[in-house]
Amino acid sequence: MMGRTIFIDPGRCIGCQACVSACRECDSHRGKSMIHLDYPDEGRSVASLPTVCMHCEDPVAPCAEVCPADAILVTADGVVQQADTSRCIGCANCVNACPFGVPKIDLQAKLQMKCNLCYDRTAYGLAPMCATVCPTGALFYGTLDELRAERPGVQVADSFTFGATTVSTGVAMVVPADKVQWPVPGGLPIVEVNGVDVR
Amino acid sequence: MTHAQAGQPLPLDPSVAPPGTRNFRDAGGIPADRWHADQNGETLVPTHCCFCGVQCGMYLRVDQAGKVFGVEPRNHDINRMRLCPKGINAYQQVNHPDRLTSPLMRSNRDEPFREVSWEEALDFTVSEVRRIQGEYGNDAFGLLGGASLFSEKTYLVGKFARVALKTRHVDYNGRLCMVSAAGANKLAFGIDRAGNPFSDILLTDCLLIAGSNVGECFPVMTQYLWGARDRGATLIVVDPRETPIARTADLHVALKPGTDSAFFNSVLHVVVAEGLTDEAYLAAHTTGWEEVKKTVADYPPARAAEICGVPEEQIVQVARMFAGVDKAMAWHARGVEHHSQGVENCLSIINLCVATGNIGRPGAGYGTITGQGNGQGGREHGQKSDLLPGGRSIANPEHRRQICEIWGIDEAELPPAGTSMMEMVWQMQRREIRGLIGICNNPFVSLPNYATVKDGYDTAEFHAQFDFFLSETAANAHVVFPVTVWAEDEGVMANAEARVVKHNKAQEPPAGVRTDTWVICELARRLGAADKFDFPDSRSVFEELRIASAGTVNDYYGITYERLEETGGIAWPCPDTEHPGTPRLFEDGRTYHPDGKVHLQVVEWHPPMDPYSEEFPLSLTTGRTVAHFLSGNQTRRLGALVEQTPRPWVEVHPSLGFRNGDPVRVVTRRGSEVFPALVTEAIRPDTVFVPYHWPVPTAANALTIDALDPRSKIPEYKVCAARVEPAERIDEVPAPPTAPGQVAYPETQVSRADPLPPTAPQGRGTSERS
Repeated sequence: MMGRTIFIDPGRCIGCQACVSACRECDSHRGKSMIHLDYPDEGRSVASLPTVCMHCEDPVAPCAEVCPADAILVTADGVVQQADTSRCIGCANCVNACPFGVPKIDLQAKLQMKCNLCYDRTAYGLAPMCATVCPTGALFYGTLDELRAERPGVQVADSFTFGATTVSTGVAMVVPADKVQWPVPGGLPIVEVNGVDVR
Repeated sequence: MTHAQAGQPLPLDPSVAPPGTRNFRDAGGIPADRWHADQNGETLVPTHCCFCGVQCGMYLRVDQAGKVFGVEPRNHDINRMRLCPKGINAYQQVNHPDRLTSPLMRSNRDEPFREVSWEEALDFTVSEVRRIQGEYGNDAFGLLGGASLFSEKTYLVGKFARVALKTRHVDYNGRLCMVSAAGANKLAFGIDRAGNPFSDILLTDCLLIAGSNVGECFPVMTQYLWGARDRGATLIVVDPRETPIARTADLHVALKPGTDSAFFNSVLHVVVAEGLTDEAYLAAHTTGWEEVKKTVADYPPARAAEICGVPEEQIVQVARMFAGVDKAMAWHARGVEHHSQGVENCLSIINLCVATGNIGRPGAGYGTITGQGNGQGGREHGQKSDLLPGGRSIANPEHRRQICEIWGIDEAELPPAGTSMMEMVWQMQRREIRGLIGICNNPFVSLPNYATVKDGYDTAEFHAQFDFFLSETAANAHVVFPVTVWAEDEGVMANAEARVVKHNKAQEPPAGVRTDTWVICELARRLGAADKFDFPDSRSVFEELRIASAGTVNDYYGITYERLEETGGIAWPCPDTEHPGTPRLFEDGRTYHPDGKVHLQVVEWHPPMDPYSEEFPLSLTTGRTVAHFLSGNQTRRLGALVEQTPRPWVEVHPSLGFRNGDPVRVVTRRGSEVFPALVTEAIRPDTVFVPYHWPVPTAANALTIDALDPRSKIPEYKVCAARVEPAERIDEVPAPPTAPGQVAYPETQVSRADPLPPTAPQGRGTSERS
């Protein structure tokens, strides 16, 4: 049973970037946002999609696995923390290893930064800043039961395929009901292979 | 006590933080020593956002030195902790380096401003008022207020114009906002406000959103939309563009701009034809139904489909979806109201709601979504040219007598109604108005047909402006008074639900800055009306406002500062201090007309005022983007918001042959400007869209037409004839007039695998204020 986590519902995202601004206000990386917003079908639709750290569970945190300085702590409750500033060497291995494109590097300080699920807030029972402010509920923080109490019948996925690799995550994504039976492809959908429409 | 006590626990939204199950974060619930405000020695001041008509509750974070330095979500009834990017970043204006901190003055517009004392600025202003009024009469001086002001200040603006300046010419920038809806509501129901609270949206079966880009203009309202949809409600969006909420609606009707009343007349035609009207309600509670029914008979779907450029089936579908359920609601905004037939458009939607019996019930009703924070309250107490406090008519002898008694003036001294905001600009061009004071408005960006506006202001012999940043309009003035931002004073605003909420003071204003109340009272004193303007603070003004509204439809008498601090806000009418307020209107079936009935109004569609031709075959429509607010005087200075949306663009359909980013010249009968193309299928092929938050040379309002609705006098921003053509280069976005620097966000040199956009937004200048 999935515990309290962030659920991302791209169907509700209005692209307002309140999450991006709210992330900047978080005390743990004040002034810098750890969220990015994608526009997967620009030119045809106004659809948008926020990405926060997915807090990978299996394999556990590729970013942490590749860190040569052992700077990225994964806590007992599955939260992948921002790199420890006393150990981080700013090598950007984590940036390259992350399948979701989440960690950022402060080039000047040579330090990594990433979403830590607002640990300073969630550890005390508050929701992360992004999910707190999200006007539409595209970012929801709570348990799956709480999500379903608000949104009857909602289906979520917490595994994503990248080629032959499947990654299970602590953060889950709301998906259309008929798509929940198999893992959700990571990255943008493949629509064309060698000139052939494979949709 | 307006400040939260240090150490007061944060409000906790029970929906996001009940005890959980998975891990230690969840296992023990919330520790007793959980995160709280004073861990950093800070204070949380409960207040509301300064921007749109949703009026989200928020806390401002105040440091030990008494300075606002951040924001914290607040579990207020309205927003339940949600905030949009404008709300999150709003606090940055409080201590922004662009703040004006000294009065500025010059004797003519060719000179640079010089910093002067308050005495000098006030004396010069008063001497100019006396000179102009002495030579040309009292009505040669005008006053333009703003709907971002607290209601206390809007009350003072109206009183100051009529009692101290003794001029008929007072109006406000809410004229550019929801006056069409106000006019329609008054005609139909005898009351000028939305019929239902936002929370009723959660209870509806079918929600119709017309001409409102809710996702970008009122993002926090979307939680109500989704709440309704989670419970099974259908969503219909009527808008020329595929807005973020239209994208996932059950039905998106992309009608041609300027055809709303034809569309809604036709929907009502189908409702009648299919026997979906509520005849019992119509018979018992309305007048004028037979005439309306006769009129809509002339709008069969085939005719409306041709006018509106939408399939007939969609008209039928809307009628069945809206009228085929027990509870339906319609909410609309500027897309419907910004037209030369804005009042008619709103009336056609009201006709649909009333004919289907969707009025005065939980989950059934109508509303208009206010654009400005106090767009609703801003006109209720006398700032609008034809209204006296309490929404009284300035033409009504009894209303005039009542107010003169409260103000202690002779009835003969009270001027008649003046003209509207755009008309006052025309009067300045004609030298009928020769002097003007503007209070927290920016017509150089917000009024249509910029060339006319510039000419009008340039023709005025004297212009003074109140503002906290040097707006494009203030940069034209002879005198600029530096005044407080919202977080430096207290007062009330009425949101789109007519819920009155209280804003609290979070910090002292910078040295040299005064409240609008103080400046108005000082000017009044120097004009010889000191005894009528003895208001040391907002509270004292509010106490007079309460009395001045007592017994009217807009009754605030029962609302007190203390009650507002204890509650999540109180909806007027609220006639006594025990009254709970009136969140939902007409529950007893009675309206505010003397006969208690809904006065249905006949609506006939007519084409927009700017005719299409071979030379101008397209519709230009304008609107907002989520990162910016109105004329952008506030948001164009905030780094995060500028970074999010640095410049305007023109949205064009792929069929027009442009590629993304191409320089596109948009030409109308007023002029032309160049914008980068945003090529998208999310807009009609015959329509182009430009957001309006920027000044020339990238000002949508240099292109829009200054045609007015004959009743509401709202400009027809949302449609004019245009063409687009390739251009060679894109004009630079001008920096704000002073712009010594934006709030520096420390997001420098932060990189993902791909670099983030540069921190310095495009087109920002670094020139010092002259």
